[in-house]
Amino acid sequence: MIKLNSIESLQKFRDSITSTRTRQGKRLISLCAGSGCGAYGTSGVYDELMKELSLQGLQEQFEVKLTGCHGFCEKGPIMVIYPDGIFYSQLKKEHMAEIVEKTLKTGELVKARLFKVESTQKKVSLEEEIPFYNLQKRIVLGNNGVIEPTSIDDYIAVGGYTALEKALSKMTPQNILDEISKSKLRGRGGGGFPTGVKWKTCARFDGPRYIICNADEGDPGAYMDRSILEGNPHSVVEGMIIGALAIGSSQGYVYVRHEYPLAVKNLSLAIEKARDYGILGKHILGSRIDFDITISRGGGAFVCGESTALMASLEGKPGRPRAKYVHTVEKGYREGPTTLNNVETWANVPIIINNGADWYCSIGTENSKGTKIFSLVGKVINTGLVEVPMGTSLRTIIFDIGGGVPKNKKFKAVQTGGPSGGCIPEAHLDLGVDFDELSRVGSIMGSGGMIVMDQNTCMVEVARYFVEFLQDESCGQCNPCREGLKQMLDILTRICEGHGKKGDIELLEELGAMIEKFSLCGLGTSAPNPVLSTIRYFRDEYEAHIKDKKCPSGVCKPLFHYEIDKDTCTGCMLCAKKCPHEAITGIKKEPHILNQEKCIKCGICYDNCKFNAIFIK
Amino acid sequence: MANKITINWDKIQDIIEHYNSNPENLLMIMQDITNLYNYVPPEAIPLLKKKLNVKESLIYSVATFYKTISLEPRGKHIIHVCTGTACHILGAVKIMDAYKEELNIKEGQTTEDGLFSLEGVRCIGCCASGPVITVDKEIHGGLDRSKALNILELYKRSSERGEVERG
Repeated sequence: MIKLNSIESLQKFRDSITSTRTRQGKRLISLCAGSGCGAYGTSGVYDELMKELSLQGLQEQFEVKLTGCHGFCEKGPIMVIYPDGIFYSQLKKEHMAEIVEKTLKTGELVKARLFKVESTQKKVSLEEEIPFYNLQKRIVLGNNGVIEPTSIDDYIAVGGYTALEKALSKMTPQNILDEISKSKLRGRGGGGFPTGVKWKTCARFDGPRYIICNADEGDPGAYMDRSILEGNPHSVVEGMIIGALAIGSSQGYVYVRHEYPLAVKNLSLAIEKARDYGILGKHILGSRIDFDITISRGGGAFVCGESTALMASLEGKPGRPRAKYVHTVEKGYREGPTTLNNVETWANVPIIINNGADWYCSIGTENSKGTKIFSLVGKVINTGLVEVPMGTSLRTIIFDIGGGVPKNKKFKAVQTGGPSGGCIPEAHLDLGVDFDELSRVGSIMGSGGMIVMDQNTCMVEVARYFVEFLQDESCGQCNPCREGLKQMLDILTRICEGHGKKGDIELLEELGAMIEKFSLCGLGTSAPNPVLSTIRYFRDEYEAHIKDKKCPSGVCKPLFHYEIDKDTCTGCMLCAKKCPHEAITGIKKEPHILNQEKCIKCGICYDNCKFNAIFIK
Repeated sequence: MANKITINWDKIQDIIEHYNSNPENLLMIMQDITNLYNYVPPEAIPLLKKKLNVKESLIYSVATFYKTISLEPRGKHIIHVCTGTACHILGAVKIMDAYKEELNIKEGQTTEDGLFSLEGVRCIGCCASGPVITVDKEIHGGLDRSKALNILELYKRSSERGEVERG
């Protein structure tokens, strides 16, 4: 086993890996094995690829890496063949023989597997030609596609742990604190609190200090933390060690969701390997510094993303938050001074140390520096993880990178910040996304969830969905959150069921203001955001539900029905075939008839009609 | 309901020892017990109390606070329908409705024959592949009603043949 007992031995080790790899000259095939691609069947593709490589005698010339998430999850499974960067997507095992035969043997492209750019309808072969990638700046996610997350050698070979070398050999703890402060890095978990200030304050208090990585990514719709932990766990480990050096801590924890088994597995392996190599544990790289990391798995409680609740959970108790009269940097975990940062924040630390605060400050806006990863999901053509400089406009993210709304439907809103965030309408699409701009329009950055909604998303129902979520996740300690959200949910449910009353909107606003003001923790104080922001921008939809008893988007079942437009219907019989309740009848090539009594409003006919002959009324 | 189980006390002891009998690890200990039986058998609580030196009330408090812990037996296969925002927008409700209808149970219940439990989960982070479900540990993405029902059929059939064993 290799034990690296000095900075020089790590450097030598890195040199030996890279020179061996250069000598072997194997070409790299990167196959995404993140959870997203995994759900579409990466493992079958991998087995077939390995089989074909050996059948066609190419196994010595290529090295296949099962990497972490490439970000373009919707097109999974994804393969990139280096050094050119040939990009194949939506792979099945049946495609492997042809890819090996043509591309790997002779360099000929397999046209059918190439990516088609929506705007130009042209097929492109390289990753860098795809708008989804070439408009991004992937400084945190960049290595995800080229390293195997289970291999510490891969991480070291691409320059991993060089920031730690620098911090250990050339910087004092104060230098590190100053550099992070100067970089203006702000917490990526939601609050946007300046990381440098947090670290400096924590370092001032005595006692065993603790470092925590918050990987309890509870925001439904956001998964960048999962992707970093699955794809590049060592970047988080390295960030935490540097944090420990700066603050003076010897024990760190990663609190990660139980629902992310692959992230738990890859991170555990990373910690174990780092320990074996002497990068974690006693005398890190032969220095006087001791630091180790323990993993704690969460139990599926959204409120545990709140720092005091997370620390309670880490202590083996139910995750109930406490009032922050005394901040956790002074008294946190086990009553000791604790620095808690989110996964993405920790992953930014080695980048800042390596490139310097000045370089980092050259990216982003006045008060929000660096990049931010967004999970661009919902009703958008290119879904996936998008890393862009702070200040990039919503329009660029949704329409240029995301390719806009599918099926020629109309964009309605984008929801940012998860259940604590708000919905932003089309009028604000040119907004440059950073911490301050988003709060100006009534939403928040949150952890970076970005859910696109189209004409068929009902904003009242979306508000109801979030309040139901938060009501369910409320820990129940304080009255405003526990009772207030329950009342809000009752009202919203009533509206969605067609029993809305005059004065409901005003009552929701009043309740919202109360909950915002008097709740104990961040969950409560931000809980009314989804309701208040939808009332602010989509009041007409609330009024349609309440006054006209109509759901214009066709979501709230009691408030709409489907009809077939006799003039547009071609009588193709597809809807009649697909209807699970035999509610549609008709003869071929003649307009069909929908029996309202039988219809369960499942929407299968509406989604499948190729002629837009079925409409919502 | 699900069949009565026999508890392997040695395995539970091993789990507790793996976590050094540290009461801070109570939640993870219960999660590992859940991996064995799909729930935490209440019979195991006295042992936890003794080994971890904690109050019984704390154990119940933790067990009922966190969603990943159940004190009631669950089915052989657990279907988790992701109800995160992205999946919700893409039609998770329709998937949940299809399962409720087909299995004739409500969310949070187990089928008469003890084969399936139906549960909602708040996001498994596969937001780009929505709507998504997991059956035991397998992830299935890009679903609609008919694909979702096909998956159920698959598990039913392999269960009849006794092929799908819990891993």
